[in-house]
Amino acid sequence: MATDDIWILGIAMTKFGKHTDKDIVDLGAEAAMAALTDAGVSMGDIGVLAAGNLMAAGAGFGQQLQKQIGQTGIPVYNVANACATGATALRTAIMAVKSGEVRMGLAVGAEKLAGAGLLGGGGQSKKDGNKWEPRGRYGAVAPTDGRIGTDTMPGTFAQVGMEYGHKYGEVSFETFARISEKNHAHSTLNPLAAYQKRFTIEEIMGDMMIAYPNTRPMCSANCDGAAAAVVTTGEVLRTLSKEQQRRAIKVSASVLTTDPYQEACQILPDVNTLTRNAARQAYEAAGVSPSDLDLVELHDCFATAELVHYDNLMLCPEGGAVEFFESGAPWRDGSTPVNVSGGLQSKGHPIAATGIANIWEVCHHLRGEAGPRQIADAKVGLAHVIGLGSACGVHILERSGL
Amino acid sequence: MSASTTSQLPIVSYLSLEPSPHLVANECTACGARFFDRRNACAACFATTFRPVDIETEGVLTSFTIVAFAAPGIPVPFVAGIVKCGSTSVRANIINCEPNPDTVKLGMKVRLVTYSLGTDDDGVEAVGFGFEPVA
Repeated sequence: MATDDIWILGIAMTKFGKHTDKDIVDLGAEAAMAALTDAGVSMGDIGVLAAGNLMAAGAGFGQQLQKQIGQTGIPVYNVANACATGATALRTAIMAVKSGEVRMGLAVGAEKLAGAGLLGGGGQSKKDGNKWEPRGRYGAVAPTDGRIGTDTMPGTFAQVGMEYGHKYGEVSFETFARISEKNHAHSTLNPLAAYQKRFTIEEIMGDMMIAYPNTRPMCSANCDGAAAAVVTTGEVLRTLSKEQQRRAIKVSASVLTTDPYQEACQILPDVNTLTRNAARQAYEAAGVSPSDLDLVELHDCFATAELVHYDNLMLCPEGGAVEFFESGAPWRDGSTPVNVSGGLQSKGHPIAATGIANIWEVCHHLRGEAGPRQIADAKVGLAHVIGLGSACGVHILERSGL
Repeated sequence: MSASTTSQLPIVSYLSLEPSPHLVANECTACGARFFDRRNACAACFATTFRPVDIETEGVLTSFTIVAFAAPGIPVPFVAGIVKCGSTSVRANIINCEPNPDTVKLGMKVRLVTYSLGTDDDGVEAVGFGFEPVA
């Protein structure tokens, strides 16, 4: 192993779901302590803590966490970056380690989201008194959500999928629903998923419509959860035990991008260009091509989003996402298994945890520890998250080969 | 006619009601990028001067969703969409048509229309806009 390679030494996630007896700090502590145990190190070894939480950003989650797992005086970076918060925390720890400032870093992401309901939307509060008054950057006299398009996440990502259909040929409601059918089917093998229920295509299409074509099971599941990872360098890993070296997972690429200007990005967030840019950079850094990937965990916040990311991550030729899906490729027995964890639609989406939990899933397979849902002989995997606004994290991971 | 003056306010400042309703964008004088809000500098080229440009009132529907579940107080279902008006993409509701995927079609031609949001205590009428199918 090269001295400047970056390695995940330990990684863990809590069960996703409703944790009524635990707060964000409890969840974060559970994941962090499990990741430290998995790494075979303690808080005393950690030189930097990157702590991700979105819904209570500003509360100093990282410092709160230190009170529960070890106050060693190391720097804390509290990060919030929409749904890419977890990946951003991990990337922050990786940058600190890569810079040579610290030997080991800990990244944690935790969120309480069970029962949060519809995210996005609602807009500005109602005007005071009965008088129209222009407010804000658009001089709006009334809330625009629902009057000038939609601010809701299901509606926004529905348009992302429909836009793909306009560009490359209409995508049917059933095709989008079948993507969801796949992920719910995959989740039945994942004991840490919030939901482990298989749905028929009729059940998915016939469920409550949220924003056409996304019905309720086609939307990410709001839930509670946390995930954490310990990262270090090849130089440090060389000094550790053979067992630690064997289970360590190489971070072959760690990339974070934002959305570059595009004509329509002020109208509909462009989740495509920044994902494509991140993927391109990641493949180049890792020296890996999409066909080398044994599994992919991508940001299926809605069924309509998964489709476009097949294309954005270049798992298929441009415009070929429907064909790619219909070939069976992204099923767990296909050529490029996608979201074998069940994805955000059934494993769940506790926002800040998601970008580390998807890396845990990939690591689990690369270590050969995924039990009944193991993708046989997995060597290389990719994890992707996107947060609106926008931010995209792509990590490419490889098993140690020792 | 009432003796009092009835004035109108557009729902957003980028909707112009005169001489006939149309949208107005701030166009970067250096690169032509268009923005519906005010910008400190151009997101595309960083230049700092802008000029108002009128946006075409007819366009093509390039994406849509039918929102069936929204924040409290927002009437559902409604159609939210993206309309390409010439070279500029516009966000709007698609109105005056049934909110179902059999009537709303990608690629259909639509045009800008306005409607009243009501009148306040001072007699000022707020005016909203949407796009309707061109028959």
